[in-house]
Amino acid sequence: MTELVTKSTLLDQAQIARVMRRMAGEVVERNNGIDKLMLIGIRTRGVPLADAMVREIERVEGARPLEGILDITLYRDDLSTIAPQPVVKESKLPEPIDGCTVVLCDDVLYTGRTIRAAMDALMDYGRPKTVQLAVLVDRGHRELPIHADFVGEKVRTSDSEVIKVSFMDTDGVEEVKLLDRV
Amino acid sequence: MAEGHWSAKHLLGIAELEANDITSILDTAESFREVASRPIKKVPTLRGKTVLNVFFESSTRTRSSFEIAEKRMSADAINFSTSTSSLSKGESMLDTARNLEAMAPDVLVIRHPHPRVPHQLAGLIDSSIVNAGDGAHEHPTQALLDAFTIRRHKGTLEGLRVAIVGDIEHSRVVRSNVLLLRKMGASVVVAGPRTMMPRHAEALGAEVAYRVEDALEGADVVMMLRIQLERQGNSGSQLLLPSTDEYFHLFGLSAERLALAKDDAIVLHPGPMNRGVEITSEVADGARSVILEQVANGLAVRMAVLYLLAGVA
Repeated sequence: MTELVTKSTLLDQAQIARVMRRMAGEVVERNNGIDKLMLIGIRTRGVPLADAMVREIERVEGARPLEGILDITLYRDDLSTIAPQPVVKESKLPEPIDGCTVVLCDDVLYTGRTIRAAMDALMDYGRPKTVQLAVLVDRGHRELPIHADFVGEKVRTSDSEVIKVSFMDTDGVEEVKLLDRV
Repeated sequence: MAEGHWSAKHLLGIAELEANDITSILDTAESFREVASRPIKKVPTLRGKTVLNVFFESSTRTRSSFEIAEKRMSADAINFSTSTSSLSKGESMLDTARNLEAMAPDVLVIRHPHPRVPHQLAGLIDSSIVNAGDGAHEHPTQALLDAFTIRRHKGTLEGLRVAIVGDIEHSRVVRSNVLLLRKMGASVVVAGPRTMMPRHAEALGAEVAYRVEDALEGADVVMMLRIQLERQGNSGSQLLLPSTDEYFHLFGLSAERLALAKDDAIVLHPGPMNRGVEITSEVADGARSVILEQVANGLAVRMAVLYLLAGVA
């Protein structure tokens, strides 16, 4: 049994807030406003990220972009290799995504497989105009040709290391930590 | 990682499940309801898996429900029924089982007129087995979809009073429902003619009433069973009812009788209904009826079961 030990805190609560504010600004800048803009959080920890960015955009722009939640469990490529089955939760999209600019939000970008699954899931809901990707941490080690459009923090990691993102809503504390197996 | 998830190779009956397994299946089904509201009502989860629906007894809705659920999960669904199977050509059960296994299905959904055939098959072949009704024994997915429908309306099953009216002795739906409802903390009262009541009905864990009024009094949920007219007075079967009129007169659910139940009581029926025998059209089509919701919920529940089994298959 390997144990995980904290090596360092990559972002504290204040830094996370600043990073998310910056990303929210970049999303609006890149898309020239919030017309047909939908931020979709990937369960579990993409949801608070999308939520925080939506609130920040509303604060600055004076209007709220669309917000959704995507559960990608049924689209995972490893379902036949894990048991018991992971818990499936509902996806919630506020309206049809056809013609929307969708920004997928997730906490950590690693192999890219979650994003592949999310894109497949998204296409079953319709035909968005564009799909962009926002992640709080990009830790490298991609296994698929996927990159993020908006990145909070880029971190060089080794395979054995683990990035642990905690949000107030899901974990009661807000921080990003780098852990390693010993 | 798994939050106390139900994980098993087979779904043979409610008897084999614990209360938290049932909750886990119902919670998963909640998530699958959403798939039905999408423009593309299909997820790739069971891609490349083969599901055989083997029905040794006629069924339209259960088989169709399983088939749609399987197709929405992207499984390859193949149907066998008695008329096309070799059983009518004299093949033994074991040979049939071996033949089915040779096709290497991941899941076998089976309905059979004899009790515990699914349980026997589970010991003989490698596939996951889902019991879609075995004689008068169990019909677990029906009980799960009934529970799911009740829970959606009442928020919980605990503390509810559920009245089940009809042919109690010959119903697998009753058996599975009583087992499930008791495990989830509901109380059950069964009512029906003496000819349709098992000698030891209390052993099921339910209260017994011979007057439908006694069962309906204060009920949160009323579940009407189908009177199997095709089994009344056929060669070899006993005549259990003097007439359908008399049955309606004594046990049929009319608006007047439904008024005995709680004001917010809901009405379920596993289908197909005999209007004017066990239920009036006024009640069947009324505001308290959730009969069509049961059909829609059946899809979500069966998708959930297939999903959870596939983790072990």
